[in-house]
Amino acid sequence: MTNEADKPPLCTVERSDSLHGERVLVLRLSGRWVLAEPRPEPARVLGGVESAATLAAVRFEADELQAWDTGLLIFVQACQDWADAQGLICQLGDLPEGVQNLLALARAVPKEPPATGRRTRGWLSGLGEHSLGALAGVLRFFGFTGELVLDLLAFALRRAQVRRQDFLFILQTTGVMAVPIVALLSFLTGLIIAFIGVIQLQKFAADIYVADLVGLATTRELAAVMAGVIMAGRTGAAFAAQIGSMKVNEEIDALTTFGISPMQFLVLPRVIAMVLMMPLLCVCANLVSMLGGMVVAIAISDVSITQYLNQIDAAVSITDFAVGIFKSSVFGLIIAMAGCYRGLHCGQDATAVGLAATSAVVTSITWIVLADAVFAVMFHILGI
Amino acid sequence: MQQPAEKISVKDLSMAYGDFVVMQSLNFTVKRGEVKVIMGGSGCGKSTLLKHMIGLERSAVGGIYYDGELFRPEATSGDAFCRRFGVLFQGGALWSSMTVAENVALPLETYTRLPGREIRNIVEFKLSLVGLGGFGSRYPSELSGGMRKRAGLARAIALDPQILFFDEPSAGLDPLSSRRLDDLILELRDALGATVVVVTHELASIFAIADSALFLDAESKTALCDGNPNDLIDDNRVDPKVRRFLMRGELHER
Repeated sequence: MTNEADKPPLCTVERSDSLHGERVLVLRLSGRWVLAEPRPEPARVLGGVESAATLAAVRFEADELQAWDTGLLIFVQACQDWADAQGLICQLGDLPEGVQNLLALARAVPKEPPATGRRTRGWLSGLGEHSLGALAGVLRFFGFTGELVLDLLAFALRRAQVRRQDFLFILQTTGVMAVPIVALLSFLTGLIIAFIGVIQLQKFAADIYVADLVGLATTRELAAVMAGVIMAGRTGAAFAAQIGSMKVNEEIDALTTFGISPMQFLVLPRVIAMVLMMPLLCVCANLVSMLGGMVVAIAISDVSITQYLNQIDAAVSITDFAVGIFKSSVFGLIIAMAGCYRGLHCGQDATAVGLAATSAVVTSITWIVLADAVFAVMFHILGI
Repeated sequence: MQQPAEKISVKDLSMAYGDFVVMQSLNFTVKRGEVKVIMGGSGCGKSTLLKHMIGLERSAVGGIYYDGELFRPEATSGDAFCRRFGVLFQGGALWSSMTVAENVALPLETYTRLPGREIRNIVEFKLSLVGLGGFGSRYPSELSGGMRKRAGLARAIALDPQILFFDEPSAGLDPLSSRRLDDLILELRDALGATVVVVTHELASIFAIADSALFLDAESKTALCDGNPNDLIDDNRVDPKVRRFLMRGELHER
C-alpha cells in the first residue's frame, strides 16, 4: 500500500434496517486507525445519534479499514460501553479477528468497581483514628528508647557486644569521613560571623572584639549546631536509609530469626559511635571556625594574629568550650536515635526508605533545635 | 522413639493484620524428618504463615508447638530456641554489609565459643556444601540471584538446625538452578535429619520434594487439605480447587 492511498481514520454513522426488520446503527470505519493519527472521539461520533431507544443493535463495518492498533480498540470499547448503557446489542462480527479476540479478552474479567474498601467515615472517627495512631507512635518510640537504654546498660556491663569490624567502620564513616564537610562549612560560618561582626564593630573602632564574637558564638552554639545539622543530613539519613533497606531486603528478619537483636547489632554501635564522634567533630568545627574568623579579622581590619589569639584566649573560658562539647554529644545521640528509629520502622518498599531518610533528617534537626533551646534556658538558670 | 512423631503442630491458629483476617483456624502437624510444602495462590497468606512459624509475627488466636512445647517468640529471643531454626528468605536476605563468609560465620560467632580458625573451616565447608566453595570473600551484591539463595542456605544450615524453613525457594530462578536447589533441600534433609517446611507455588518443586502438602485457600481463609500431592491429584474426594491448582487449571478437561 502506498502512502498516497493512506487515509485518515474516519467513522461514519448511519441507520439501516437489518434482515429481521430491526433498526441497526452502523458504524463504518475507514482509513488508518492507529495511535499516531488523530482519531475521532467516541463521544462526538455517538453524541450525534438521536433517539437511540428506537434502535436494537450497533454494528461495525470495517471493509475500508486500512490499519489498526490500540487506537481502534479503545474506540470500539467505548462504543461497546455506550451500547451496553443504552441496552443495545453490539455486533463486532465484521471487525478483524484480532480486534474481536482482544476485546473479548479485555471483557473476560468484569471491571472492579472503583474505590471499594475505602470506607467513608465522619471527621470525628477520622480524628480519633489519627489520635490513636499518634499515641501508638509515641508509645513505640518510648519502647525503642527503653530498649536502647537497656542495651546500653548491657553493653556497659559487658553483657552485650558490638561487632568490632562494624563498629570501627561506623566510627570511620561518622568520624574521619565527615571531617572535610564539617571543616569546610565551619570555616565559612566563622568567616561570615567575623565579616558581619567586623563591619559593625569598626563603626566603634572596636574591631578587636570580633575575636570575642567569633569565639563565644562558635564554642557555645554554632560549632555544635552546625556539626549537628550536617551530621543529621549526612549520617542520620544514611542510618535510616541503610537500616530501612535492610528491612526491605528481609535482612532484619534474618537477624531476628537467628535470635540476634537488631537493636544490639545495628542500633547500639551507631548510637555509641555518634555519641563518641560528635564531640570530636565539634572540636574540629570550633578550631576551623575561629580560623575562619581570624582570616577575616586580619584581612579587613588591623587586628594581628597574636592579638586575635590573645583576645580569644581571654574571652572564651573552658566552660564555654565544655558547654558546646556536651551539647554536641547530646545532638549525636539525637541524630543516631532518629536515624535508627526511622530505619527500623520503615515500610516495605523503596518509597518507604526515602520517606524514612527524609523523616530522620527532619526529626533530628527539629529535636536538635529544641534541645538547644532547652539547654540555653537550662544553662542560663544554672549560671553556666 | 521417645520423642513424639510430630515436630511441629499448629493448633487453631488465626492470623490477622489489624482487622483483616488472613487465615483462621489452621490445624496441621509436621512430622519429624518430613518435607512439608505450604502451597496456595498468590496472596493467600503462605508467607504470613511462615512468618508466624518463625516468630516474626504474633498470632491473633491459637499457637504453634515445637516438640509439644508452645512457641512464644517474645520470650525466646537469643536463646537455644532460635538455634533450632534455619530460615532461607525469598531473596536470600544476606546481610549486605558483610561478605558471604562473614554472613555464614555470624551465627556461629554468636552462639558458639569456637576459635576463629575452626569457624573459618566450618564456613568454608558449609559454602562448599551448597556449591559456593571459594566464594566466601565476595559481597552479596557480587553474586547472582541463585548464588545468593545458596549462600543464604549455607547461612541457614550454619548451626545444624533441626528445622529448615524455605520461603519460595524457586522464585526468580531458572529451571536448572531451581531443580538444583530442590535436590539440595532433599539431600540436606536426609543428611541432617532435619524437618523441612517449604512455602512455594512452583508445581514442579511441589511434586519433587513434598512428603505432604498443605493447601491454603484465600476465599475460605483456611487450609483445604493436607496430604501427599501425588495422592491428592487423583483423589476425587479432594476439593476441586486443590486439584485444579495441582493440574495448572486443567481439571475441567478431564
